[in-house]
Amino acid sequence: MVPNEGYRQAAYVTPPADVASTDIGYVIRAEMPGVEKDALEITVERGELIILGRRKPIEVTGELIYREIRLHDFRRVYELDPSIDSTNISANIDQGILTVTLPKAETIKPRKIAVQ
Amino acid sequence: MNIVRYRHYPPSDLSAALDRLANMRAEMDRVFESPFGSSSRSPAPLSRWNPAVDVYQDRNQFTVVVELPGLKKEEIEISLHDDTLTISGERKREESSEQEFLTERSYGKFQRSFILPTAVDAEKVKASYKDGLLQVVLPKAEEAKLKQVEVVLK
Repeated sequence: MVPNEGYRQAAYVTPPADVASTDIGYVIRAEMPGVEKDALEITVERGELIILGRRKPIEVTGELIYREIRLHDFRRVYELDPSIDSTNISANIDQGILTVTLPKAETIKPRKIAVQ
Repeated sequence: MNIVRYRHYPPSDLSAALDRLANMRAEMDRVFESPFGSSSRSPAPLSRWNPAVDVYQDRNQFTVVVELPGLKKEEIEISLHDDTLTISGERKREESSEQEFLTERSYGKFQRSFILPTAVDAEKVKASYKDGLLQVVLPKAEEAKLKQVEVVLK
């Protein structure tokens, strides 16, 4: 798509995430440790859900002597099922777990029709 | 979260062997630094949950930071035995009516152990947990601080 897409991909960490379906739609739970609520950007664009979580440096005194944690920002893109009501997507983050709730549009939900 | 007595696991335990293999795999992943973050994190059949750890040091203390998203404080256990710091815990799957579609996150038990280069004051160890990051601060023991000598090269 854009020439530097490969480079851009390398600058992010893909957060491991679980996806489940519920009675009302779908729920995504992604692991984004170190990301605060204000550092999250969730957008819906052209049928895609784009999750971006910006990490800030860990506030610690001293010199780093052993490293495993990758401080790149988190990014994940999901293609949205057409049944999802993209105007009613909600999200919250608690102890590094981002939960995105994606309800199905009313018209898609099974509805009982009363026989007169 | 509480500091508990170190439990000694028999070295012949299969889980210890698996941990060593998992650590090796994680180490290899780190050496080759795959540009795709997920590949080094995806749960392989052999590797169990191995949360990432950073260690910092200054004159007075060590700080250990562990990525542990989505745990409850009481699910994290921190123990200190001589110079070995062990952080362990368990993430349980919640019972729900949801139908799983895709599972990438790790569940179950984890354990990470570190041998600290100098003695620490076990009474003064403090831990905090915020935004899914566990931070353990281990002040160095007074006698260990005395041993640090700064040599200035001229």
